[in-house]
Amino acid sequence: MSKITLKNLRHSYLSHPQRDEDWALKEMSVEWSDGGAYALLGPSGCGKTTLLNIISGLVTPTQGEVWFGDVEVSHLPADKRNIAQVFQFPVVYDTMTVFDNLAFPLRNRDVNETDIDWKVREIAAMLDLSETLMKRASGLTADGKQKISLGRGLVRSDVNAIMFDEPLTVIDPHLKWILRSKLKELHQQIGNTMIYVTHDQTEALTFADQVVVMQEGEVVQIGSPVELFERPQHTFVGHFIGSPGMNVLACELDQGQPVYGGATVETTGKVAVEDPTARLEIGIRPEFISFADDGIAVSVEKVSDAGRVNIVETRHGDDVIKLLVPDGGNVPSENAFLKFDPDHTQVYANDWMVS
Amino acid sequence: MDNKTTHQKAWFFVLPVVVLVAFNAIIPLMTVVNYSVQETFGDNVFFWEGVKWFEDVLNSDRFHASLLRQLMFTGIILAIEVPLGVAIALTMPKKGPWVSVCLVFMAMPLLIPWNVVGAMWNIFALPDIGLLGHAINGMGIEYNFTRQPFAAWFTTVLMDVWHWTSLVVLLAYAGLRSIPEDYYQAAKIDGAKPWAVFLHIQLPKLKRVLTIAILLRFMDSFMIYTEPFVLTGGGPGNSTTFLSIDLVKVALGQFDLGPAAAMSLIYFLIVLLVCWVFYTLMMKNEDQ
Repeated sequence: MSKITLKNLRHSYLSHPQRDEDWALKEMSVEWSDGGAYALLGPSGCGKTTLLNIISGLVTPTQGEVWFGDVEVSHLPADKRNIAQVFQFPVVYDTMTVFDNLAFPLRNRDVNETDIDWKVREIAAMLDLSETLMKRASGLTADGKQKISLGRGLVRSDVNAIMFDEPLTVIDPHLKWILRSKLKELHQQIGNTMIYVTHDQTEALTFADQVVVMQEGEVVQIGSPVELFERPQHTFVGHFIGSPGMNVLACELDQGQPVYGGATVETTGKVAVEDPTARLEIGIRPEFISFADDGIAVSVEKVSDAGRVNIVETRHGDDVIKLLVPDGGNVPSENAFLKFDPDHTQVYANDWMVS
Repeated sequence: MDNKTTHQKAWFFVLPVVVLVAFNAIIPLMTVVNYSVQETFGDNVFFWEGVKWFEDVLNSDRFHASLLRQLMFTGIILAIEVPLGVAIALTMPKKGPWVSVCLVFMAMPLLIPWNVVGAMWNIFALPDIGLLGHAINGMGIEYNFTRQPFAAWFTTVLMDVWHWTSLVVLLAYAGLRSIPEDYYQAAKIDGAKPWAVFLHIQLPKLKRVLTIAILLRFMDSFMIYTEPFVLTGGGPGNSTTFLSIDLVKVALGQFDLGPAAAMSLIYFLIVLLVCWVFYTLMMKNEDQ
């Protein structure tokens, strides 16, 4: 067990990357502590699978280093890195029984059969696979197969970290949360580092202690689910996390205070922007906007019922501003005023938070 | 059942297919059946013979000998072409410009007309002027496929391997390409050696295409006619007289239409039976 350090990592699938877009993974340095539960969150094609495969050794990075503890593993093959990986589509060895599937990584490493038997049964019990141990693996359902994939990682005592590459994609919705809580439970039981790739924010936020949000090959923020929610460092994080996403509104700056719609918007602290040409925006989550007697004048356009809250869409000039009103709360019929919570109003310059 | 309406008109729509199948399969087959139970001396005069021709064929040493030769030939070429085809498919590049080059090279033997293949190999293997024949003789091994049964067999098998291994390669290659990359990556992480990857991932995933490949190669090789006919003409002696060649000798050489028809039907039933048994066995485990 050891922490995972990525130093100045960069990767391109092209042999001679020239432009910025040629890099599947832009330069990054990240440190993952031992035993943490991490999620890599981002839209499809943002480079999260590439990053995962670099850590597991299936892809060799164009530039930079990967360290497990104090050992550099950048050029070690996957089977020498002591990691396990669960893939999007369940991988089982069709011709083998569930038992043989779980024993396969141990047999390849010449572990003796008594130890194998003991270990496989222990892991099978953990994964609720004991009853199907002697059945052919190909006959199992998708979630059973995915458990086998996971189990092949868990049987090895030398595993540093377990990687999950969108493991719940092919699982029926009603089984998803069962498997997800199983994962969480296993993490607490075993204490391995787990890195979970997904584009589903619910999966990421419920699984991980720390979420790494990626966009276009770049890490835009690493933080706890609460940090991502309350202090998005990048407008993308604000959009991507939360439902509906953060309101991002073009603004101006007057003596360190953002000005929107002709009125000064209160924030905590002053804002300093060095680049005078920077594109300025304020970001505020719908959760932190409320109707008030005065403030930003809007017209109410649409109210959608989302269960315990109503999502209210309002318009100020060309901007659509969404806010949440608790079920039963008062929604003005046409013209109204909005108040932004100063504690949760951020200012962004060229998409990065500056307040 | 009250809701079910009966449309007699439907028969009308099925008719074209019935006519088509009748003309291309049933009627020609029935003429053969017709010949197989009668004796004729021409002039459209027939005498009823019952199952006599069938008994004759099944009891004839000549039929047994060609059937045995046929089984041996098919067995040998399957034993060579299937493993060889899989091995070649495994060594072919997975991506890049060489993929198309390899595929074109592989497909080339399949595009050559069968009698041309026979003629090519005939010339190629001639002991005096043929490149292959001359080279073998040059190495001090006496080789003449028109005189030595073993040399004739060797040349026929080599020709078939050259002509048809490509088919197995193409099928196996397609099968290999359809295995998701995840399997290889998982195997790498599980520490599987190349042999284990082949045994536990590639071979099981190739099962379906190999079943098809074996069936196709079985049927084709069991009915082989043109290539050995051009190459050896069934000789020397009867040593490369396979079932089809023998059948043509009986039907056209001796004009024994009755026995030839009976032999055709037995031949057809053997192919059908073997294919059915093989396919059923291979697919038995799929449904579990």
